[in-house]
Amino acid sequence: MVPLSAYVAVSAVLFMTGLLGVLIRRNFIIVLMSVEIMMNAANINLVAFSHYLESMSGQLVALFNIAIAAGEAAVGLAIIVVVFRGKISTNVDEMNLLKW
Amino acid sequence: MVAVFFAYFALVSIVAAALTVSLRHPVHCGLALLTLLLHVSGLFILLNAEFLWAVQVIVYAGAILVLYLFVLMLLNLKTDERYLHSSYPYFVVPAALGSVYVLFLLLQSPFGGVKGDAPAPAILEGGDTYAVGIKMFSDHILQFEIVGIFLLGAIIGAIVLAKAPRTMGDMGGKR
Repeated sequence: MVPLSAYVAVSAVLFMTGLLGVLIRRNFIIVLMSVEIMMNAANINLVAFSHYLESMSGQLVALFNIAIAAGEAAVGLAIIVVVFRGKISTNVDEMNLLKW
Repeated sequence: MVAVFFAYFALVSIVAAALTVSLRHPVHCGLALLTLLLHVSGLFILLNAEFLWAVQVIVYAGAILVLYLFVLMLLNLKTDERYLHSSYPYFVVPAALGSVYVLFLLLQSPFGGVKGDAPAPAILEGGDTYAVGIKMFSDHILQFEIVGIFLLGAIIGAIVLAKAPRTMGDMGGKR
């Protein structure tokens, strides 16, 4: 029997990897992929607690989380396409128009 | 046996996540992300969540990842010379320390709590999909409707954003 803490540990490591990717990568698409890694880490957590605490709600929230990830990917990639059309670059360091 | 599968899925997902963050070419990153998603779906199987396994494979690996790959092919990106942030070593150490701290906090927790009303035998009796459906359309119906509205808004937003802008000459004139 795998303990709950093992699942939680995997999820923590995955979340930190995704956060690191958001911070250090300069390609906007890879930054969005790192956000997907973080969402997957959250989903593992939700499903693991749902299983071990014997409640169905965790799986439902994970399901809604996947739907929200789909919407986020669609809108984020549309933004990338728009930015790329104007600047021919997906480098996050060059997107500074809205910076104060 | 379950422990062996868990070790396999967990190790491969962590390695795939590290590769997604560290590989240089964006398409390779996408393929590493695909590996990660499939192995996370394996973890869902181990947790008796077959319906989420199917959703993960169909929606994440089937739809979202294909969307990413389409955009990658469409943009025809060149690989950057400096693909990492210029001061990335300053982020790596805090991330490692942060994960150690989060693990420490999590392992301190007793993980106790109030048990819910869906023990594993009750779920296995009718199947996970049945249990998810009953729960979704009884207790979580409002969230379900909200997700529907959210997806509609996301579709409209994506179409409006990605539509090709009209040039100045077309403004107000005949198409």
